[in-house]
Amino acid sequence: MTTAQPAVEVVGLHKSYGGLDVIKGVDLRIAPGEVVCVIGPSGSGKSTLLRCVNMLEEPTSGVVLVDGVRMNHPDTDLDAARRRMGMVFQMFHLFPHLTVLGNVTIAQRRVLKRDRAEAERVGRDCLARVGVEDKADVYPEQLSGGQQQRVAIARALAMNPGVMLFDEPTSALDPELVGEVLTVIRDLGLDGMTMLVVTHEMAFARDVADRVVFMDAGVIVEEGLPSQVIDDPRHERTRTFLQRVLGPQGSAAPGPGSTSTGRTHEYHCHTQHG
Amino acid sequence: MAKTSAAPLNLDPVPSPSATAGFSPRRRRRISLTAQYAVFVIVVAAVALQVDWAAVQEHFLDLGVARETFPGLLTVALRNTVLYTLSGYVLGFLLGIVLALMRLSSVPLHRWTALLYIEIFRGLPALVIFLIIGFGIPVAFPGFALPGDIYGQVALALGLVSAAYMAETFRAGIQAVPKGQMESARCLGMSHSRAMFSIVVPQALRIVVPPLTNELVLLFKDSSLAFVLGVTAATTELAKYGSDVAADQADSTPLVVAGLGYLLITVPLGILVRRLESRRAERG
Repeated sequence: MTTAQPAVEVVGLHKSYGGLDVIKGVDLRIAPGEVVCVIGPSGSGKSTLLRCVNMLEEPTSGVVLVDGVRMNHPDTDLDAARRRMGMVFQMFHLFPHLTVLGNVTIAQRRVLKRDRAEAERVGRDCLARVGVEDKADVYPEQLSGGQQQRVAIARALAMNPGVMLFDEPTSALDPELVGEVLTVIRDLGLDGMTMLVVTHEMAFARDVADRVVFMDAGVIVEEGLPSQVIDDPRHERTRTFLQRVLGPQGSAAPGPGSTSTGRTHEYHCHTQHG
Repeated sequence: MAKTSAAPLNLDPVPSPSATAGFSPRRRRRISLTAQYAVFVIVVAAVALQVDWAAVQEHFLDLGVARETFPGLLTVALRNTVLYTLSGYVLGFLLGIVLALMRLSSVPLHRWTALLYIEIFRGLPALVIFLIIGFGIPVAFPGFALPGDIYGQVALALGLVSAAYMAETFRAGIQAVPKGQMESARCLGMSHSRAMFSIVVPQALRIVVPPLTNELVLLFKDSSLAFVLGVTAATTELAKYGSDVAADQADSTPLVVAGLGYLLITVPLGILVRRLESRRAERG
């Protein structure tokens, strides 16, 4: 672990589609073990920022470094670089033709070339870590949205990522299922996982994030401790956004994210294999 | 009208403003259906009365002649028809997948090659392709013979024809798989081709099973074109066998029996397709 080197570093990032500038110069450093939540109105470029970090979108200009590896460089083995990162999507994107266990083992077997027994052991560990170990043999369509999203998290964890990226992981969920997913993500953060989370859950961001980044119109407007950005924003744009999201009270009421009752996870995903 | 809440609920049917004939909509529908059935029965009866049933029975339904077609119809002709069709289908399936992936490639050369192929082989009659295979290849490549002789020739001809259709079906199937599937596979470190073969194509295949089964039905019928390549008694297939025995017996009954041989295969396949489609519709 090199603490001097940031886990993720974004320098001067621009992204435009045709003539439309979605990201207009973003700089962001994430230290190993840090949890950064990105908030902001829709269309602010926060999902695009996330997708530029793992090169699902190619930056128009700027530099993206993950573990010191430059992502947007022609000589970079992108497939190898992406293995260092786990990605969780808003719409889960589980593989519907595979069982839950198949979902969490296929990349281990095809990409990391682990044998079946090893892949299944790691896969079941990861399923246990997110609390769906009893669903290993069913197909994704038989699961609730919350269970599907937890499987998607386990699928990413099974590859031993150093960084986890979450793109609005609870936005497609029924309200009563949001809490179970946020609990899993929070526990990951407590275990020391480096995470970049795009979210609309202000209570979760305040509860879990080491740092909150507020984006609007393709730039970072302000960033800092959750208590500062969410509870005492300096910028007018941040205040306006938070008022719209949180209502007239202007402060984040404890929502489903802050399940501070402390559901402890004695399960741990044993994914360190050298 | 009923402004007061105490007014009794009006359950009388609302008369249609266009009810000029004075019939209710339900009544009119019943009259229309009865008329359709009546026309159907009249037409069938009229045709049936015109047919010379004695001649039909003698020339098309002669059980004695029908018996002459066995066992060769099943042991040679039907067997060969199945062999020709399946070998052509497998070839077309594999070539079709390759063409579909080429159609979706980011390399323009791949796209244009696949498109050119599809347009040519979908546009030409299957008969023309059989003739090119049978008489063009030996001229163009002297001394070259396809493995399996006639079996190889028929398989190649049917494969080339069906590949063009199957490529378009596969392409539609691959494009019907949500984009997020490819993205999440790539995020797990899979290469584009690995993600294609492990994640996208398996899902696309499920989508295209009904149309591909239809293609198999079409191919069964196209296999009858094998006769233009000059089949022998051992390599004959259903249609040729039927017409040969018919000529031999001076009676058309063998053609009817050969036709039933095709239906023996295609009708169950049709039922299978409808099953698959309704199951897909249920799953949504």
